[in-house]
Amino acid sequence: MEIIKIGMADLGVAKSPSKLRTTGLGSCVGVVLYDHIHKIAGMAHVMLPESSLAKSGEVTIGKYADTAIPHLIDLMEKAGAQTRNIVAKIAGGAQMFAFLGNSDTMRIGPRNVEACKQALKEANIRIVAEDTGGNCGRTIEMDAANGVLQIRTVNQGVKEV
Amino acid sequence: MAYFTKFGDFQFDVLREIGNIGAGHAATALSKLMQKEIDMKVPQVNIIPFDKVADCVGGAEAVVVTVFLRVEGDCPGSMFFILDLDSARHLLEQITGINKDVYEWEELEVSALHEIGNILTGSYLSSLADFTQLNLQPSVPALAVDMAGAILSYGLIALGQVGDFALTIDTAFFEGNEKVKGNFFLIPDPESLPILFRSLGVPFDGDN
Repeated sequence: MEIIKIGMADLGVAKSPSKLRTTGLGSCVGVVLYDHIHKIAGMAHVMLPESSLAKSGEVTIGKYADTAIPHLIDLMEKAGAQTRNIVAKIAGGAQMFAFLGNSDTMRIGPRNVEACKQALKEANIRIVAEDTGGNCGRTIEMDAANGVLQIRTVNQGVKEV
Repeated sequence: MAYFTKFGDFQFDVLREIGNIGAGHAATALSKLMQKEIDMKVPQVNIIPFDKVADCVGGAEAVVVTVFLRVEGDCPGSMFFILDLDSARHLLEQITGINKDVYEWEELEVSALHEIGNILTGSYLSSLADFTQLNLQPSVPALAVDMAGAILSYGLIALGQVGDFALTIDTAFFEGNEKVKGNFFLIPDPESLPILFRSLGVPFDGDN
């Protein structure tokens, strides 16, 4: 069994029995997609809501919700998944420093969550589980064998969705 | 990366000196608070992918105690004062006499560490403001005990919009017997670097 690590602003696909893992989600959102028929999982570590925020020419696809999610669906299809089987789970998007709440930058967590939901909706993908918001960091691990998403936080231990 | 390619050795030296001056003042303040000698390592100026930013404090999942503030004014950026759990406990004990595990902290302990972080980051920034003659205003600082990756990512939001790399000015400090050790992290927003260099009369090809 292989654990594939997904870095910040990165994405990847795994087939059973491999796992996908990303660590230290704060305001970032971990989006996982799963085709339970073909046992293919995808994960993206989304950092920012929209690629229109990019101030330089190049856009790193995995960084923005509106580019990462469509690309991840493509990658899963190339790996043999079928879009109609795919469901999503999302975790992250915390607001770790609430006091800074007024500025747009510091509200980035909730904005990321909204943008991910929007992108999933546009792709007609149903969200079956969500653990977002709050003020804590999360590490997530997706098992491509059964689609279980494990979410670990410092204060609340480990839960599975 | 393109954003940083115009840096030469001289620019790196200047950034290290910024770390030296800022963290030097903060270490002096800490030394006074603790009434102990505080040593500092040579500041590290790194241009690193976002993923690697947390590596120098133990990795993205390492649980750390952090006082975070935003720098506003002429030269925006993010400032972090980071301690591991043992160091935070020792630091609190040295200064207040309270010996409690971080997970047992209540309002008083959190508030004390908050204030310590406030004093230290304040001295870092005010020495930097004196040195550069820039107007730097700290936001109200916030304290978090959580995964380093989740915390430090707050310093990367502005950078994420222009590229995939961060420039960090990282200065480690430690008390003589290393019971208390930690890091000061300054992550300037991308538009701040030319301002910083210009304020010090340092040539910077990125000027345009």
